[in-house]
Amino acid sequence: MNNLDTRMTVLCAALIGGTAIVAAFGREGGQQPAPAPPPPQQPTSVELRLTVDPGTPPRLAVPDLLALSNDRETQDAAKTIGAVLWDDLNFEREFYMIPRDTYKSIPVAVSIDAVPFDRWRELGADGVLIGTVQKTPTGIRVEMRMYNVRARASAYGREYSGSAANPRLYAHTMADDLHDSQRSLRGVARTKLTFSSDRNREPVANTIEKRDVKEIYVADYDGANQRRITINRALNITPNWSPDGRSIVYTSYRSGVPDILISNIFVGTMESPSKGVGQNFLPVFSPDGTRIAFMSTRDGNPEIYIMNRDGSNLQRLTNSPAIDVTPTWSPNGTQIAFTSERTGNPQIWVVGIDGTGIRRISYESFADRPTWSPPPYNEIAFAARTGPGFDIKILNIASGETRQITFGEGSNESPAWSPNGRHMAFMSTRAGRSQIFTTDRDGRNIRQLTRDGNNTTPNWSQ
Amino acid sequence: MTRRANVPVLLAVLLTVGIGACSKKTPPVARPMPPPSATTNTPPPSPPPPPSPVAEPVPVPPEPLAEDTIGSKSLDDLNRDSPLKPLFFDLDSSEVSAEGQQLLQANAAVLKKYPTWQVTIEGHCDERGTAEYNLALGERRALSAKTYLVSLGIAADKVRIVSYGKEFPFDAGHDDAAWANNRRAHFVITAK
Repeated sequence: MNNLDTRMTVLCAALIGGTAIVAAFGREGGQQPAPAPPPPQQPTSVELRLTVDPGTPPRLAVPDLLALSNDRETQDAAKTIGAVLWDDLNFEREFYMIPRDTYKSIPVAVSIDAVPFDRWRELGADGVLIGTVQKTPTGIRVEMRMYNVRARASAYGREYSGSAANPRLYAHTMADDLHDSQRSLRGVARTKLTFSSDRNREPVANTIEKRDVKEIYVADYDGANQRRITINRALNITPNWSPDGRSIVYTSYRSGVPDILISNIFVGTMESPSKGVGQNFLPVFSPDGTRIAFMSTRDGNPEIYIMNRDGSNLQRLTNSPAIDVTPTWSPNGTQIAFTSERTGNPQIWVVGIDGTGIRRISYESFADRPTWSPPPYNEIAFAARTGPGFDIKILNIASGETRQITFGEGSNESPAWSPNGRHMAFMSTRAGRSQIFTTDRDGRNIRQLTRDGNNTTPNWSQ
Repeated sequence: MTRRANVPVLLAVLLTVGIGACSKKTPPVARPMPPPSATTNTPPPSPPPPPSPVAEPVPVPPEPLAEDTIGSKSLDDLNRDSPLKPLFFDLDSSEVSAEGQQLLQANAAVLKKYPTWQVTIEGHCDERGTAEYNLALGERRALSAKTYLVSLGIAADKVRIVSYGKEFPFDAGHDDAAWANNRRAHFVITAK
């Protein structure tokens, strides 16, 4: 156990490594942490929005950032930040992102005051993001400005400084700040995914069968920085983030039978809330992080239960001789959607957390893994059998209408919403083995994030 | 040096034996020899039919275990050649068929013969169910098998169950045969 904890700590220290970025507003506040953001030094958003026709997204260009020193690290950071920022902004589809290869010939402004506005205007850009990267004694300082091309004026500017270990995180932070200030949107560029993977091809002990362990992994929302966060050498599946992003709860066969484990990924400790009682599966944190809903066979049949994070205050929610499985919380924490086969085949049902108001909401041949969208959407996504395999469908709870967003490209299962409800992660066999993909809520922009081994049961951090 | 010198001698001996064994007209080609016929007059039990030609070699089914060899085998050897046969299920089902009941009766007979054995029944599913639901379905399958064994007089505390859903398929294929092979309650002997 000690040995294990030590190793987890090492892994987790690596995770913390890249996160020490301080966003500072204005040139003077450079190195200091910013507890309460002072007002931005220049007026923002309004100007840019006014310059575009209503209904059309602003057209943005993101050229390479300018490295203000000649060392390799700064040069690489400048290149990475430009490319990742373009991807992050493109991901939310709030801006029309002009392809980067169309403005390679436009010179990078040697100083921020020498922006060739005519060239950008010729390209049709409404806004251009010009940034610099400078080496500091402790890392790097990144400055980013958005210019309103028509007004030839700065519309927005921020400065960030911190470690040089993970330049992508500067881009992600900028993208989230830009979406927030320009589009009043909570972007997902700094969110993360967790999933289960057998990519290490480490054999399971104590079996004569050819079986590989599955461990829990985390990755940036775009699939970068994939890292293993468990060393249980067993089957570990169905990970689920705590709302604060500091813990992951999952189904682990570490003790030989399925049970719930919580890994606190930044401190390298583990908790076992069910304390070895029964066999327990599919844990999910409540929206406030204080409780866990899960499936257990402790009373002889798969039923849905809720307990506090420490295992106290156990409460049984369902009571049916049929299978009840796969719980998900409503965003306000007052209801649980789950899968039940009490009508003969698996369907999605909803019940209040006091056990009242149980009702069926899906009418498929086979439906499972409900996942309740965050506001403002009041929808439940699930996997539905549509042929030999499954596809992702989304049910609008108010209207009762269901729409399908994947269409038989492989089997598509285990949907998981992004925290702003605009995207979903899911697993699909469309590329051969099970891999993690993301899609927008309308089924567009499908991206493959994993390629090594089998990767299953994704979940998106808050 | 001595080794190399011996090789021609050995070859010569082999050749001589080979030529001697064949009829004089056939060329000396290496050929599998039929076994010497039994010395007794009673006809031997009818030999198994020759294997039909197949693309790949098929493993020869093991001999049924003799009573005393079961007890002395290691756990891994026992499980590799298990006297406890897997129970198969229909799609989306955890019901034990009539055929399955016979199989479980045979497994129960083995367990009664070795009352010290501890057994884990693994519940497995094919890939045509979802990963999450299959965890529950696999549990149901393992439990069905255990419940039937207990009804036949096997002590409940000798049998543990665990569901692996579709996480550890026995057959990686994606066809009816693979799916049927993966819908099972699989018996593992964990202690003797």
